Amino acid sequence: MLSFLTITQAHDKLKKREISSEELTRACIDRVEKIDGKLNAVVYKNFDRALEEARKIDTAGTFDSPLAGIPYFAKDVYSEAGVPTTGCSNMLRNPPSPDGLRAAGKDYIPPYDSTTTKRLKAAGAISLGKTNTDEFTMGASTETSCYGVTRNPWDTSRVAGGSSGGSAAVVAADECLFALGTDTGGSIRQPASFCSIAGIRSTYGRTSRYGVMSMASSLDTIGPLCKSVEDLAIVLEAIAGKDPLDGTTGDHPVPNYHGALKKDLKGVRIGLPKEYFIEGLNTEVEASVRKAAAVCKSLGALVTEVHLPYTKYAVATYYVLCPCEVSSNMARYDGIRFGHTVEKPKDLLDYYQRTRSEGFGPEVKRRIMIGTFALSAGYYDAYYLKAQKVRTLIKKDFDEAFRGVDLILAPVSPNTAFKIGANSNDPIAMYLEDVFTVAQVMAGIPCISVPCGFSKEGLPIGLQLMAPQWEEGRLLSAAYAYEQATEWHKKRPVLDRA
Amino acid sequence: MTSLTPLQVAHIAKLARLTLTSEEEKKMSKELSSILKYVDVLSEVNTDGIEPTAQVTGLENALREDIVKPSGALPDALLACSPLPIVEHQIEAPHAHG
Repeated sequence: MLSFLTITQAHDKLKKREISSEELTRACIDRVEKIDGKLNAVVYKNFDRALEEARKIDTAGTFDSPLAGIPYFAKDVYSEAGVPTTGCSNMLRNPPSPDGLRAAGKDYIPPYDSTTTKRLKAAGAISLGKTNTDEFTMGASTETSCYGVTRNPWDTSRVAGGSSGGSAAVVAADECLFALGTDTGGSIRQPASFCSIAGIRSTYGRTSRYGVMSMASSLDTIGPLCKSVEDLAIVLEAIAGKDPLDGTTGDHPVPNYHGALKKDLKGVRIGLPKEYFIEGLNTEVEASVRKAAAVCKSLGALVTEVHLPYTKYAVATYYVLCPCEVSSNMARYDGIRFGHTVEKPKDLLDYYQRTRSEGFGPEVKRRIMIGTFALSAGYYDAYYLKAQKVRTLIKKDFDEAFRGVDLILAPVSPNTAFKIGANSNDPIAMYLEDVFTVAQVMAGIPCISVPCGFSKEGLPIGLQLMAPQWEEGRLLSAAYAYEQATEWHKKRPVLDRA
Repeated sequence: MTSLTPLQVAHIAKLARLTLTSEEEKKMSKELSSILKYVDVLSEVNTDGIEPTAQVTGLENALREDIVKPSGALPDALLACSPLPIVEHQIEAPHAHG
């Protein structure tokens, strides 16, 4: 099946005219129609337009760009002009009112493109539609989505992870060749790890956030989820770089990531942080990650231990800073310029309150409430300012560690994919799923998740590598060397059984 | 240790422009208190003399020339996103005082 190809493989066939982009796109569409009912990973199908675009690419006939004619899905927070985009929230989806008195309104349809989907379009990539996410990316399992949970292709009784769970599932299940996600506290890396695919969170400011719905603006990043590290390099190269429309993007030249991939790790210094191999880390996950470190050593890496002493404060710091920024970002959803609306308001305050109370789900409300409290008079210093100071200490941990090593190697998640509903009634338990993925975001450093094994139950395990700011090239090259020395990334879930 | 009563929860909800049912207030009071209890661990970190970090890009004042440029979407397209009536090229919002 053509949808099973990697970008690199498909590009080769397109260039040689062995296949057309239309055939490739149709194969992805057929795959979605055949298996997505089992997964619930796709929330909007833009298939007619995709086929039209594919035919245009075929007619033009130039396949110089490695992404020309390559079909992908974007997480439902990326704006594309004319394409419904809801953040998987009833605030923008606009279903019928709970009392049934008001009929469904229209879904939000952005009138402009995000910089990233625009850059992909310029590179010739074909947008297939939108994937499931936790509501406005708030969650670690896609269970807070207004469309319901995305199921894991490896075991449909389990979550695919989150918040980019839909994007991870469509790639793992070969419904497309790659997908776009966002990572604020682990939302690309953790689902990639749960679904046995590769995902990269780039340096904060390496990729543009313009046109992507914001969650926590000082932490949000956007990036690809792919079937191989080589594919990650190709997509990142196409979407990275300064954007005048996002003032937080840095003016650092984008290297040729793909051309710099190497198959060995000679002389690369890799640190294993003591604080990530702790009680509570699943023994099978630990064994796989330690084995991955041994593989790196066999490829020439020098593996040592490093210390990141403030790691244990990362989750608490994140769950102060993130909700504060959430409470501010969610203020835009007021029913005035877009989204959900209510009828016969008494006054403006009543309109705001009813619109927001009906539109937002429980996790979004919880974060807005925590953030509003932590930023309110009398509490700002104790929570927000304090957390910003601890953020400085967490960042310093990485600055110091990277004086002695080139990369840091750790697990992505303490566990494999959990059962649907297992953490739903306990917000703290859900927040602790992020224990190994939130410290890096405080420092804004790039990190990658690649498959490194399976549990006895057959559930995927992910390996996390981290590099200093702007060193995505180093990260991709090391991940590529590891991947080429192992077979994990070649395993695919079996979904065709009844 | 900070905990939040349902009354405080109701006050925060008003600041956040949310209306909670009394059931939601009770549930939220319990959940928010447990989250605040968890994040209280930060109080044990000595942050004397430590500067807060608000951003990590190292960029300052990303300015551009003050020239009007066409944006990605035209005003009419943006107005069309509103669920409220459009009157004289403006959104008619509910009255602030009822």
